[in-house]
Amino acid sequence: MASRYIANTAAEQKQMLGVIGAGSVEELLVTIPAKARLARPLGLAPALAESDLIRHMRSLADENADADGHVCFMGAGAYDHYVPSPINHMILRGEFFTAYTPYQPEASQGTLRTIYEYQTMIAELTGMDVANASLYDGASSLAEAALMAHAATDRREVVLSRGVHPLSRRVTATYCEGPGIKLRDAGAPDGATDLAAAKKLVGPRTAALVIQTPNFYGCLEDVAAAAEIAHAAGALLIVVADPVNLGVLEAPGKLGADIVVGEGQGLGVPMSFGGPNLGVFAATKALVRRMPGRLVGATVDTDGRRGFVLTLQTREQHIRRAKATSNICTNVALCALMATIYLATLGRRGLVRVGELSAAKAHYAAERLAKVPGVALRFGAPFFKEFTLKLPKPPERLVARLAKQGFLAGVPLKTFDRGLADCLLVAVTEKRTKAEIDAFAAAFEKAVA
Amino acid sequence: MTMANVPKDLKYTREHEWAKLEADRVRIGITAYAQEQLGDVVFVELPKVGARVTASKGFGVVESVKAVSDLFAPVTGEVVEVNGELTQTPETVNQDPYGKGWMIVVKPSNKAEWDQLLTAQQYEDFLAQGDH
Repeated sequence: MASRYIANTAAEQKQMLGVIGAGSVEELLVTIPAKARLARPLGLAPALAESDLIRHMRSLADENADADGHVCFMGAGAYDHYVPSPINHMILRGEFFTAYTPYQPEASQGTLRTIYEYQTMIAELTGMDVANASLYDGASSLAEAALMAHAATDRREVVLSRGVHPLSRRVTATYCEGPGIKLRDAGAPDGATDLAAAKKLVGPRTAALVIQTPNFYGCLEDVAAAAEIAHAAGALLIVVADPVNLGVLEAPGKLGADIVVGEGQGLGVPMSFGGPNLGVFAATKALVRRMPGRLVGATVDTDGRRGFVLTLQTREQHIRRAKATSNICTNVALCALMATIYLATLGRRGLVRVGELSAAKAHYAAERLAKVPGVALRFGAPFFKEFTLKLPKPPERLVARLAKQGFLAGVPLKTFDRGLADCLLVAVTEKRTKAEIDAFAAAFEKAVA
Repeated sequence: MTMANVPKDLKYTREHEWAKLEADRVRIGITAYAQEQLGDVVFVELPKVGARVTASKGFGVVESVKAVSDLFAPVTGEVVEVNGELTQTPETVNQDPYGKGWMIVVKPSNKAEWDQLLTAQQYEDFLAQGDH
């Protein structure tokens, strides 16, 4: 059967089959049980003309409730920060528009340079010596950090705060299963991690203590105190942080973090229903040879001109095979480029302003919403741009009702923590106006009543 | 090929480590031939004092500008000394492979393994075969 998507001709296929000694393509498929195979053609509608196809796809897309058509108060790891227009303009350039690090890297000096600048910006923001070219997302960054701590300390336990994003904790548990790293949970009963309890879990077997700040519930953590606990036991401190907040919040590296990871989506990457995201990963120089992922370095060529190279590749699996520091030899170059353009566009003052506005608006919204009868802030710990509300009604019903009125009210916490089934996680970014927050508070009050 | 320096008082492995008997302990490093083949050494990763190493199994890693290679233990035993200087000055491995470029000292647990190692003459013959 002729196919418009398979490039080789019938004659070429026959030649290839001849080489491997098969009579037909069908013969290659005989090991698949007949009952597992579809005996009829796929039930596809006839092909549409391009204009009809676009109309069809658009009508499907319109069924989504997205942050363009709604006022968004959802967060829990993905945030509706403003994406400045230069980002889209720049990434669509042909030289950039690939999600891959090139296989002949040094031929692509422009790509390497953007990655180098990204690494430099992330290292400065996090207060660390070195950042890699990025990993898939915040969750895989954390999982890789746990493996790295295990390798660096030769210890087999990682103490994870329950304030770390539950999905990141699950991904970390998956990664840690193979090497047999045991995960222990440190509670966060009042929003922030109970560090006194965490201290009892951290000991001579602990490779790392992991905290997230602001954590999943929005609460700020005491990074310096956590660093002291980890280091006193000879363990590393891994801090999960959202880099877009670091214009305002102190760099974790300045507070004693050994590894800083996080979800970098807030840095100019659209939410896109959950991905592609940006896995931020930074560490101290002492740990650089244990770092996963690609690393771009600056050097000079034989004529003394500045150039960029992939460096310390000897850590990577195409050289070290099974003994590589990690099985990740790629990055999310396009999302890292978005973050680079974002940070360059906003500059230092812009990033500080994003953090200040987000925090101020979140606190205004929290004050308004907590005044609604029956509603209260669930935790006493200080928060930044996100907070947990306790509601008198099931949050799922409230969210469904407010979506019809044009508000994405927040993320109900029941699926993440059954003990918080009556709670709603609300995030506020710099994009929200006072009028939007006031209108939301009014709709919220009616929906709760 | 110019014949590499192979001191007579040492024993050798086919993976190009040398071993020196010092009373009841064995000092271990890589040979002049090995460091020449590797080129400039930029990083050495060694076990901690107290770790157990096993004959013919990896005990560390040496990284040069060209390659990363595993280090193989000539004998089984407990690591009693580690050359911490190499962390700061890995180039010592190139400059003085049989002296200041030593890597670890092991207290061997199986004396019979010593006799399995190559003599200087056997190692030279092995190098002369050129197939390694």
